[in-house]
Amino acid sequence: MTPVIEGWFTTGAEPRLLASRCTRCSNVVFPPVSSAAGAAAFYCRNPACDGQEQDSVELSRRGRVWSYTDAQYQPPAPYQPAGDPFQPFALAAVELPEGLVVLGQVADGYGVSDLKVGTEVELVVETLNVDETGERTIYRWKPIAGQEASA
Amino acid sequence: MSVVITGAGMHPWGKWGRDFTEYGVHAARAALADAGIAWADVDLVVGGETVRNGYAGYVAGSTFAQALGWNGARIATSYAACATGAQAIDTARARILAGMSEVALVVGADTTPKGFLAPNAGERWNDPDWLRFRLLGMTNPAYFALYARRRMDLYGATSEDFAQVKVKNAKHGLANPYARFRKESTVAEVLASPVVCDPLHLLDICATSDGAAAVVLTSADYAKRHGIASPVTVAAVSTVTPTFPNTVIDMPLLATDSSAVTGVPERTFKEAIGQAAYEEAGIDPSEVDVAEVYDLSTALELDWIEDLQLCKRGEAEALLRAGDTTLGGRIPVNPSGGLACFGEAVPAQAIAQVCELTWQLQGRAEGRQVEGAKVGITANQGLFGHGSSVILSV
Ligand SMILES: [Zn+2]
Repeated sequence: MTPVIEGWFTTGAEPRLLASRCTRCSNVVFPPVSSAAGAAAFYCRNPACDGQEQDSVELSRRGRVWSYTDAQYQPPAPYQPAGDPFQPFALAAVELPEGLVVLGQVADGYGVSDLKVGTEVELVVETLNVDETGERTIYRWKPIAGQEASA
Repeated sequence: MSVVITGAGMHPWGKWGRDFTEYGVHAARAALADAGIAWADVDLVVGGETVRNGYAGYVAGSTFAQALGWNGARIATSYAACATGAQAIDTARARILAGMSEVALVVGADTTPKGFLAPNAGERWNDPDWLRFRLLGMTNPAYFALYARRRMDLYGATSEDFAQVKVKNAKHGLANPYARFRKESTVAEVLASPVVCDPLHLLDICATSDGAAAVVLTSADYAKRHGIASPVTVAAVSTVTPTFPNTVIDMPLLATDSSAVTGVPERTFKEAIGQAAYEEAGIDPSEVDVAEVYDLSTALELDWIEDLQLCKRGEAEALLRAGDTTLGGRIPVNPSGGLACFGEAVPAQAIAQVCELTWQLQGRAEGRQVEGAKVGITANQGLFGHGSSVILSV
C-alpha cells in the first residue's frame, strides 16, 4: 500500500492531512507546498506577509461538512476507477478547525444520504485504485458513527 | 469621456466542430455591420483566447485580424478562462479611454469537444486541475453540485426550484435566434433526466457549444461625430481577482485558503466581483433592470442573483417562485435563455452576455424584450481567480 501522492497525509490508525505553515505568520496551506512534486518555492499566500519558509504541520482529524455531492458517472482520465463496473462514490468539502475547507472523497460504504451540511466527519485512508505497484491509497472523509445524519 | 458599444454581433451557438475562426469572423462582420463601421476603420482588435480546460489555446487577436484581412490594426489577446470576454472588453476600453484607439473590435469564438471537460494529457502532479481528477474524480459538475446542495441544506431550495430555473430560461430562449437549444422544458422533464452529481440532473447542467460573439467599442465622442444611433454606455467592467482569504471552494482547487490568521473577509470573491462593478458605475443594485448571469448550473443562477445583491442571501428561491426573475417580472434574469439555452463557448460567452444586454437596452431583443430596460449587469467567473461583471446603461 502506497499513498497515491507523497507528503499529503500520514497513514496508520489515526491518519492526518499534512499542511504547509508559514514560519512568519502561521498561515496554513493545503495541499502542502512540495518541491518534490515540482512546486516552485513556498510563497505565503497572506498578502500582508512575505514569508518564504514553511513547516510541515498536521491538520485536525475531524471537521464538519461544508457541502457534499457524488459522482454517478465515471469521471474522465486521469481518474482511475477502483474497479469495473464503475461504482459511484460521494465527495465532501469539509471545514476544519484550522479555518480551511478541504475536498475529499467520502469513505467506502457512505453516500450522500449519510451527510448533511454540518455533519461531523473524520479522516481515514483507503484504497483509491490498484496499479502495477499495488494498492494506491488516498485520504477520505468518514461520517462519525452515532450521528443522526437526518437531524 | 465614456466608452460606448456601437455594434453587437453573434454567430448562432451549436455543435459543428468547425474552425473557431469561421464563427469569429461571422460575429465580427455582424457587429461591424450593426455599428455601420467599416473594417478599415478598426484600429484595435482584441481576441478572446480559445481554451481547452483552463489552458491557453490559440493567439486569437491576430487570428481574427488576419482572417478579416490585415488592415494594420493593433492587436491584443486576452485570456481569463470563462471571464475572457470581459477582460478583452476591458482591454479595448482602456485603450479608448487612454486616447490610443478610436474604434476597437472585440471578438470571442470557440469550438468545443464532446462530453465532460477533461484535462490535457500527461501527468502533472503539481497542477490542481489535473490532481482533482486523479485523486478525487472531481468533475466540473461536482463543484456545481456542492454549491447546489448547500442551497438546499441552508436555504431550503428544492430540486423543483432548480428545475424551474431551467424551465424559465428555456422559455426565455425560445425566441432567441442565436440560442442552440430552443425548446420548452418542464419540471418533470428535468427531474426525470439522470442525476449526474447529486442533487443536479443532466438538464440542470449546461452543455459545451461552438459559438462566437463580437462587439464594436468606440468613444462616446466618436459615436456622436459619426451619427451612430443608440449607442450603449459601458458603465463598468469589473475584472477583479480574489482577496485573501478566499474561503469558498473554487474550481479546480482542492481546498480554500485558511481564514485563521486574517478572519473571514467581508465579501466572498463572487460578491466582490459585482460590488466592484457597482462602485465603478456609481449604480446601486436596486437600479438594475436586467441581468445576464453565468448559469453553468440552474442552482448557480440563484447564487449569482444573491452575489449581485438583487436580493438578500437565501432569498433567490423566493424571487424565482414569485416569477420576479421571469420576463415581465421585477428583475428578469437571463432573458437570452442563458447557458441553459446556449451551452458554454468559453471565450465568447462573456461577450455574448454583453451583446444580449446591448440589444435589451436598445429595445431590440425581439420576443424576449425587458420593457424599458435602462441598466443591465452581467456576471461570470473564470478558473484561477478571474472575475467579470459588466454594467451597461442608456
Ligand atoms: Zn506568512
